[in-house]
Amino acid sequence: MSRRHIISLLMENEAGALSRVAGLFSARAYNIESLTVAPTEDATLSRMTIVTVGSEDIIEQITKQLNKLVDVIKVMDLTEGSHIERELMLVKVKAVGAGREEMKRTADIFRGRIIDVTDATYTIELTGTGSKLDAFLEAIDPAFIIETVRTGASGIGRGERSLKV
Amino acid sequence: MKWHDFLTVAGQNDYPHRFTNELIFCQFMEATGAEIVVRCLAEEGVEFVFGYPGGAVLNIYDEIFKQNKFKHVLVRHEQAAVHAADAYARATGRVGVALVTSGPGVTNAVTGIATAYMDSIPIVVVTGQVPTPAIGLDAFQEVDTVGITRPCVKHNFLVKDVKDLAATMKKAFIIAATGRPGPVVVDVPKDVTAHLTDFEYPATVEMRSYNPVVKGHSGQMKRAVQMLLEAKRPMIYAGGGVVLGDASGQLTELARLLGFPVTNTLMGLGGHPATDKQNLGMLGMHGTYEANMAMQHCDVLLAVGARFDDRVIGNPAHFAREQRRIIHVDIDPSSISKRVKVDVPIVGDVQNVLTDMLALLKQAKEKPDAAALNAWWTQIELWRSKNCLNYNRNSPIIKPQYVVEKLWEVTKGDAFVTSDVGQHQMWAAQYYKFDKPRRWINSGGLGTMGVGLPYAMGVQLAHPEAQVACITGESSIQMNIQELSTCKQYRIPVKVVMLNNRYMGMVRQWQEFFYGSRYAESYMESLPDFVKLAESYGHVGMRIDKPEDVEAALKEAFSPALKERMVFMDFQTDQTENVFPMVEGGKGLSEMILAEEL
Repeated sequence: MSRRHIISLLMENEAGALSRVAGLFSARAYNIESLTVAPTEDATLSRMTIVTVGSEDIIEQITKQLNKLVDVIKVMDLTEGSHIERELMLVKVKAVGAGREEMKRTADIFRGRIIDVTDATYTIELTGTGSKLDAFLEAIDPAFIIETVRTGASGIGRGERSLKV
Repeated sequence: MKWHDFLTVAGQNDYPHRFTNELIFCQFMEATGAEIVVRCLAEEGVEFVFGYPGGAVLNIYDEIFKQNKFKHVLVRHEQAAVHAADAYARATGRVGVALVTSGPGVTNAVTGIATAYMDSIPIVVVTGQVPTPAIGLDAFQEVDTVGITRPCVKHNFLVKDVKDLAATMKKAFIIAATGRPGPVVVDVPKDVTAHLTDFEYPATVEMRSYNPVVKGHSGQMKRAVQMLLEAKRPMIYAGGGVVLGDASGQLTELARLLGFPVTNTLMGLGGHPATDKQNLGMLGMHGTYEANMAMQHCDVLLAVGARFDDRVIGNPAHFAREQRRIIHVDIDPSSISKRVKVDVPIVGDVQNVLTDMLALLKQAKEKPDAAALNAWWTQIELWRSKNCLNYNRNSPIIKPQYVVEKLWEVTKGDAFVTSDVGQHQMWAAQYYKFDKPRRWINSGGLGTMGVGLPYAMGVQLAHPEAQVACITGESSIQMNIQELSTCKQYRIPVKVVMLNNRYMGMVRQWQEFFYGSRYAESYMESLPDFVKLAESYGHVGMRIDKPEDVEAALKEAFSPALKERMVFMDFQTDQTENVFPMVEGGKGLSEMILAEEL
């Protein structure tokens, strides 16, 4: 049975590191729903969060193959335990007439913040799980959406659970 | 003088104006990137560098000219350079080295690199690159080497700063040779080879992200030993990892101690002696009846350094129909439970794990179930009595199997045998009984036609006094035929055994079986006169048309009179011969087609 997994990994922050991971996924026909990467507090390390979908067998192969990459230091399947997942979305919407106030109220309900304003538009910042962001987009009239941009999920283990060198 | 004396007489036949500049071997002095590359190779104890010069590596070649620590072997095509380095590694267990220029040098080398990758062979390939300021500007002879080779290397590096060069070379050798071995590419831009820095070769380099597992898990090994002792119908399935991990001694001892049957994969031949009573021969698509049946019907399977690939177990669903418990020893965790679920995974160096398991077995109070084992062997002997490798020995046309059998006899089973890819490869694997590891050199994973001749060169250079035979076909040999010239230059006395059936035999066989005998483009027309071709390079050529002449020709080729000569034997073999047994793609292991059934 296929399930959604969030895989976090630490790797050497070197040129081409991202392409090794992306290349591995495409060469072995694994799914990538989203992939985010940035240096950590230690600039020699990059932390990557990959959201993928697959059966237990596939996920086991994915973590083994990732571990096999020479640049990869540690791999953790966050979904194996308790964890927190967040994604950032910026949405530019039409905000005119009666809809302008309605849009602000909807953003408030989803704990979104309006970070840029013109006569005719709002730009709203939202964070949360992917499904919360989806729910916001479903809650507003699609005709009002001008543009959306999402970062893909980042994740971290709950409590003492951590991924570090 | 022996042929290889020419290699050690300071290369005088190559470089008439050669000189040796000992100064470059002083420690802690400033050196250029090119000097550093050469010096690192010398520090690693490299004997041979197989390569081909070009613009981006001219600085490195200039340093090679000035040194006498290793011998450069000039091939005629970069693909052959990598194959020869790969074969050197397979035959010796040491890291093979190839050197090629940027752009087309690299793209030509890719087939060789991918071949080594699929069979986990430790090689370091140094590639030239355009100068760093030109990278990304579509410069002359520029390719994205790191990008092109990434999917077919264990790891690769682009060295942008000469200060990183020595440590990178050290890392390359460590990564290539340790854990599950594999090819490593070091891409060096031309300006880096000219830049100066202080040189010191590190004894070792720590890599926090690279720590291959060596020792097996003790609890798992205990479970495994217990399982082996409880087995009623046991089977040992040994792959290329046994050869690469130098564990054939331990494996043979373990098999003997337990009295269990053993089968080898194509890559594992020689890992357990083929002439041993307990050896059931090769398994898989063209494996023996007894090996495949025992594999399918065993109740406990010990897999060592093998990966259950599609050519070995056929259809995994069919394989899983029979209940059996599986112990899987491998250095690469990703090889475990990839195609077949296993019960006891043991990650570790196969030699270490088998040594530890042997110790546990010797301490154990229980002994294998003798009665059950007896019944199992009776069943196996029944399978073996099918004599599945029998063929028509009275044919008036030369049977390819006969040539391989005679080669085995004439060389007393002690030759290094390389092969190309196709029917001849399977006949070599079936009929040449390898009793020692590292004697059988072939492209199992990638199945690269054209490897045979460059493989033979690499093996012969590694073992100058050994008998080296290249079993090939008229189609494969033409994919790297230009290396006859390299053999001439270095007087490499390999013996080519060409099974010439005027067809791409394996393609023809599949077309006969699965495509209604429509032989689309598999007939090899317009062949050269191979005898004259060999002679034109100064080699000895022979053409053999009759079965009664086969033995005499082989004896002559391996006689002391021709020991120092390359001999090219063109055996005109039966065009319609097929490889049996055969498990069709997608079928189960026990669903073999046997020769007698057709």
